[in-house]
Amino acid sequence: MASGRPIVGEKNRSTAIVPIRMPAEDDDELEDPRLSDVDEWGRSERTRALTRAIYEPIYSKWFRAEWEGLERIPTEGGALLVANHAGAIPSDAPVIMHGIEKELGRPVYGLADYFFRTVPVVGTLWARAGGVSARPANAYRLLKEQHQLALVFPEGTKGPSKSFTDRYQLRRFGRGGFVEIAMRAGVPVIPIAVIGSEEAMPVIMRVPTLAKALGVPYFPITANVLAFGPLGIVTPFPAKFKLRVLDPVHFDVPADQDRYSKSRIMEESERIRSQLQEAVYDMLRDRRSVWFG
Amino acid sequence: MVQALENDPSMDVILGMGTHAPSVPFERAEFVRADQTYSILNRIVKATQVDTILHTFMITNSTTVPSRAMHEINVIGTMNLLAAAGTAGSSVRHIVVKSSTLVYGSAASDPNTFHEDTPRTSPVKNSVERALVEAEGLVRDFSEDNPATRVTVLRFANVLGTHLTTPISRNLSGPLCPAIFGFDPLLQFVEEDDVVRALVHVTRGSIPGLYNVAGDGRLPWSEVAGICGTRLIPLSPFSPLKIRPLARLFDLPEELVDLLRYGRGVDTRRFAATGFTYNATSAGAVRTFIRAMRLRRQSGREPMAYTYEHDVEQFFRHSPSVMNANDT
Repeated sequence: MASGRPIVGEKNRSTAIVPIRMPAEDDDELEDPRLSDVDEWGRSERTRALTRAIYEPIYSKWFRAEWEGLERIPTEGGALLVANHAGAIPSDAPVIMHGIEKELGRPVYGLADYFFRTVPVVGTLWARAGGVSARPANAYRLLKEQHQLALVFPEGTKGPSKSFTDRYQLRRFGRGGFVEIAMRAGVPVIPIAVIGSEEAMPVIMRVPTLAKALGVPYFPITANVLAFGPLGIVTPFPAKFKLRVLDPVHFDVPADQDRYSKSRIMEESERIRSQLQEAVYDMLRDRRSVWFG
Repeated sequence: MVQALENDPSMDVILGMGTHAPSVPFERAEFVRADQTYSILNRIVKATQVDTILHTFMITNSTTVPSRAMHEINVIGTMNLLAAAGTAGSSVRHIVVKSSTLVYGSAASDPNTFHEDTPRTSPVKNSVERALVEAEGLVRDFSEDNPATRVTVLRFANVLGTHLTTPISRNLSGPLCPAIFGFDPLLQFVEEDDVVRALVHVTRGSIPGLYNVAGDGRLPWSEVAGICGTRLIPLSPFSPLKIRPLARLFDLPEELVDLLRYGRGVDTRRFAATGFTYNATSAGAVRTFIRAMRLRRQSGREPMAYTYEHDVEQFFRHSPSVMNANDT
């Protein structure tokens, strides 16, 4: 008997000599006395509304972000957004997340290295504002089960940690894990080329020994710190941000396979990387000024 | 648990075993006192030809016993139990094991949601997790070696409820409750009665498999404290050395320190698919717990206690002069 309510019966009252309390039964809607609006991803809509209000002037006045090809991002269904990543504390992530949310009215889940979770305060705020740690299982759940937009930077920390002399040279795209996840979840990959983040917070040099001592992925000395002092840690330069959404890449393989061909994954990953690289060069050809676009 | 089973007329014989006398009266069930590794189980199984064993004595709270004893109970106890069930000609057809979501650990590298077959991402760090992982390993081996026996493993999230005392419940019932500065992990709870109901559900339905059991919804620790009306005291996140002395002050076992940083979420769809419905959500479990706690505090009394008296029980069960309520 696999009934859902095993202790249901005519006699919920015990016939024992000493009365016993039986687990209560009720078929009403379960009471759920929640106080906050934090969801299973740790996002809070209140925090997000506040963050949006604070970030809006930075997005439209400081960076003056400008989009191209936004119509290529679907208004429903899951899709994996993939972008190039740069600047010591990269502004590309919040610009893309805020931009899509503002223009298309749909939330973007920014996937970041799980190192973020280990940082007190920052990790919690990142989660409340809509960040998720970049684990394949998380991406799959978002894309396949919840039909959301997820944003990843396949360069990982190699992108933002590169020095200014290497600007706009895309790093290796990891091991192509993002392609595999998109295949497994059966969603398209949508590449987004970003320019401006390199100049917003240029890395002059890196101090690997300090990074090691602090247990962080990289420890950059930025032009912002040299210019503004300690304030420079959080203050990007007002570089003009331009973003271009490229054509969605569909893979035409069955979803939910246990394994996908490694060579196919690497090939697709490399193709997306070179498309993005080419788009970045193309946008730089059209850019007259770092600050005014 | 036994009380719930007693209400089911399809159960012929119910036999309880424990190291302590039961704290509630049994109606039909009989009780045998055992040592903590359950070494006499083998003889009992042979003598009674039981067909189902409910293995609910695993320790999931490292503050109750020293780690050596926990190993004895969880690992050696499980081993004895499985050995008794696996002897040639054994009558045992179904084994239900009560485990905990502690086997998933809690780390920054964890996925947001653990499915039943998601592996841990971090090495085992403390004794209670080690003992549980090892015991579950034994159970898995057993089920591979004995395909004829149905094996159910239920992994329960942190339990809160009217009666149970755990480090979490002790912390939440005080005016001050520890938190780790800068962290506000998401936690899932399961209500005490739902634990019993889940065990009864799989026992009755003979449902084999591995299942997570947790109430719906995840709450940040700050919200849990909010529901309980206690104030959070942030501890320094940086050095475990700084946490240690305070940990003693606050009743923070090792397995809780990581949980208060990274939390844990489990997928419960598989168990729901077997037809089980919960009586409480995570938030509901927290509230049930704190309401019971307030009543206890304000009435200054523990809920009705029962002392097992062997002679009295035997009298009720066997004396011809006792009228059976069921007969009337």
